[in-house]
Amino acid sequence: MKKNWPLWEVFVRSKNGLEHRHFGSLHAADAEMALENARDVYTRRNEGVSIWVVESKNITASNPEHNGELFEPAQDKVYRHPTFYDLPDEVKHM
Amino acid sequence: MSEEQIKNLEAQFEARIARDEKIEPKDWMPEKYRQTHIRQMSQHAHSEIIGMLPEGNWITRAPSLRRKVALLAKVQDEGGHGLYLYSACETLGISREELYEQLHTGKAKYSSIFNYPTITWADIGAIGWLVDGAAIINQVPLCSTSFGPYARAMVRVCKEESFHQRQGFEIMLKLAEGDPKQKEMAQDALNRWWWPALMMLGPTDDKSVHTAQSMKWKLKRKTNDELRQQFIDQTVPQAELIGLTIPDPDLKWNEEKKGYDFGPIDWDEFWQVVKGHGPCNKQRLNARVSAWENGQWVRDAAMAHAEKQELKSNNKAV
Repeated sequence: MKKNWPLWEVFVRSKNGLEHRHFGSLHAADAEMALENARDVYTRRNEGVSIWVVESKNITASNPEHNGELFEPAQDKVYRHPTFYDLPDEVKHM
Repeated sequence: MSEEQIKNLEAQFEARIARDEKIEPKDWMPEKYRQTHIRQMSQHAHSEIIGMLPEGNWITRAPSLRRKVALLAKVQDEGGHGLYLYSACETLGISREELYEQLHTGKAKYSSIFNYPTITWADIGAIGWLVDGAAIINQVPLCSTSFGPYARAMVRVCKEESFHQRQGFEIMLKLAEGDPKQKEMAQDALNRWWWPALMMLGPTDDKSVHTAQSMKWKLKRKTNDELRQQFIDQTVPQAELIGLTIPDPDLKWNEEKKGYDFGPIDWDEFWQVVKGHGPCNKQRLNARVSAWENGQWVRDAAMAHAEKQELKSNNKAV
């Protein structure tokens, strides 16, 4: 039998109040082992209080080749930013 | 893609790196960039896990509990560093299996320093102080290299590595302060590790084939000779501080260049070790291959268990 352990992505919350952030990846036979390995590899020095693991194949990623059509339309929409609007100087804190 | 289109993409790519932009795994990259990165990152990963072997040799014989927990933690870190680097390498589309295969068949290299034996406890001190010291000098500039996953892995590695050198220096310091026999042990370790540590920073610039390209891609920010000079200048005063003598009769401060002049390095020895004729090449590779092969049934069993569990939970869901 020859079947390799799948790849998992590891996300760690460094402390409560912060989001989980991508820390890296590892191979493990199942989710439980992935979690245990993530704990040993990525949190040896108090780096986290919570870990997520997700099998890499379940992540759908955008393709950098499509970055133009995906992200460029936002560039000419300055009206989405507060500085687009002209207000008299007397108005403070808005 | 036509040749001209590729040229165009390459020009854009080089410009991005020149602007200090990072390259991420799914971005277009020249095939040579991919191959060079796979080669360097995997060599680096292999060095981390082979590097566990000479030190692992002393875990059970560490002279105190304090030394033992520190050495255990250090060796565990090295396993972790290997994993960070293998993962970064895998983002370029090569599998872990292939990477191991390259190591086990001798197709891929690892740092030749790990082919030297650890004969006494002082060798553990010398490795931390000199080998990790040289590694840090090599690695710090890599934290800002152009390939995102490599740079991120190196940030973590460097953060963890700083204790490694300190624990090694502390071992040397204590031995040097000890009785004459202990001091002699420390000096003997320094004598044996000094030259291999200098060689570890790579062939001289005129013999280094990859330097120019690697500098351009920020895989290298300083040349081998610059790194070696930096290492020597930083290490000599540390040896003086603990009363040990660097085993180089030609070593002399050069006021003009504000650095040390040093004697000739035995590059024949270096190439012999690289080619597989060092004192421990066979031993290291055998240990690695047998650990991998003898672990096969464990990996298979874990996989079989995982599949069975999944089947069970699927059946329950129906």
